Amino acid sequence: MAREGRAGPRRRPVEPFLWLLFSGGGMAAAVLVPVLVLLFGVVFPLAGGPPYDHLRAVAAHPLTRVALLGLAVLAFFHWAHRFRFAVEHGLGLGRLDRLIAPLCYGAALAGSAAAAHVLFLTL
Amino acid sequence: MSAEPAMRAAETAGESIVLRVSRYLPGRDAEPVPRDYEVPLREEWSVLDGLNHVKDVLDGSLAYRWSCRMGICGSCGMTVNGEPRLTCGTFLSEFAPGPVVVEPLRGFAVIRDLVVDIEPFLGKLASVTPWLVRNGAEPPPDAEFAQTPEQLGAYKQFSMCINCMLCYSACPVYALDEDFLGPAAIALAQRYNLDSRDMGAAARFDVLAAAGGVWDCTYVGECSAACPKGVDPAGAIQQYKLTAAMETVRRFLLPKGAR
Amino acid sequence: MTAPDDTAARYRRPVPVLWWTGRRPYLLFMIREFSSVFVAWSVVYLLLLVRAVAAGPAAYRGFMELSASWWMLALNVAALALTLFHTITWFVVTPKAVAVRVLGVRLPAFMVAGPLYTAWIAVSAFVVWLLVR
Repeated sequence: MAREGRAGPRRRPVEPFLWLLFSGGGMAAAVLVPVLVLLFGVVFPLAGGPPYDHLRAVAAHPLTRVALLGLAVLAFFHWAHRFRFAVEHGLGLGRLDRLIAPLCYGAALAGSAAAAHVLFLTL
Repeated sequence: MSAEPAMRAAETAGESIVLRVSRYLPGRDAEPVPRDYEVPLREEWSVLDGLNHVKDVLDGSLAYRWSCRMGICGSCGMTVNGEPRLTCGTFLSEFAPGPVVVEPLRGFAVIRDLVVDIEPFLGKLASVTPWLVRNGAEPPPDAEFAQTPEQLGAYKQFSMCINCMLCYSACPVYALDEDFLGPAAIALAQRYNLDSRDMGAAARFDVLAAAGGVWDCTYVGECSAACPKGVDPAGAIQQYKLTAAMETVRRFLLPKGAR
Repeated sequence: MTAPDDTAARYRRPVPVLWWTGRRPYLLFMIREFSSVFVAWSVVYLLLLVRAVAAGPAAYRGFMELSASWWMLALNVAALALTLFHTITWFVVTPKAVAVRVLGVRLPAFMVAGPLYTAWIAVSAFVVWLLVR
């Protein structure tokens, strides 16, 4: 039945965990991201942002760091999952799943590491 | 004797609409060729009535499937102006002044004209163990399985499927990968998984959560939009993803003996 | 009449590579999936901001100047539009994708979507309060 080039049963064990990360990221991003983009991407650049000391105090609070790391990890895996299927289905590259999937989730993993570095080692 | 030609004349004198029908004869055609037929445009005529007119009056060689004419047999699904539809429930007047483009269901191999190969679909249906599994707890033949309205309600929606395959035709994932189990088969699996009398969920998990199963679905949602019976196979698939993910986590966390 | 060859002469309609461009629901689906790129970009942008804040007041001022440049503003307006599209599509599909049952009866969609929109508004209001108080 299975056609050549298909990933076969290999895809089974990790797929549910990737889907849970994707779903968690979708929910976290839906609730948090629009307001953050609105404020930091549009309103503050046009109308002036909060004073430096206040922003630093908010950002450096342990709860903020944990929340932002959680958002970053989930949002990156959300992107990885959707981008993987958008490329595989949208460009007809499903046979390259063995290549595309590791690249996407690998990028999400690298992004998560970078987020942890920024939030817990530089701040 | 003279009444029939007179009626024909009256018909042709009235409004008509062009049916642009996809014709394919293996051996003769390398690919389907559209052919136009002018059929009477009547308010109460469905696309299927138009096709029957073609077959009865204009060209008896046209091949297509149909049976009940009332949206329950699931035989007459075709692509009408690009959309998967039951031709018995799609009216010619919707497309006036025409033409009405009638093609075979997309996503399936065409055998001839508007007839597609349904064998792969039937194989998928059979693969999800679509019956009540009792695991050795078979009750005596005269026993009744009482269900509360809530227990019936849990799966009733998914039992309304008529196997018309419109959902497969609307699904781009299936069009790209014929190994994908697909909307109707997964909804059918859920119909039994959610039945309080059934004990087969573990066996179905091995099919639904394997490659080609629910994880290939990206929730385009068009299967549910195409469904003429309100089954919502897209919802069934996503709901099963959560069930399967939780089951996977459970198996991952629990030691083998405790499952 | 000879029996038709059962396997050789089937016609398979090829799927166009850009199949999602030809039909509105497919195009909307692809935009929905593509919104994830802007979700990721938004988080990257936030992390760049945090990095600037960590580097001191001068770096923060520099970042604010960069964020006020026309192309960065344009990028973030697009990000705002697509992340809003993400939120709305996410809240539209969630009640269909998750069957919440209370006492054996499945809750109607609005009773699942309602709390989601409420949480969205509450979290957004909290973030605004936290930053501009």
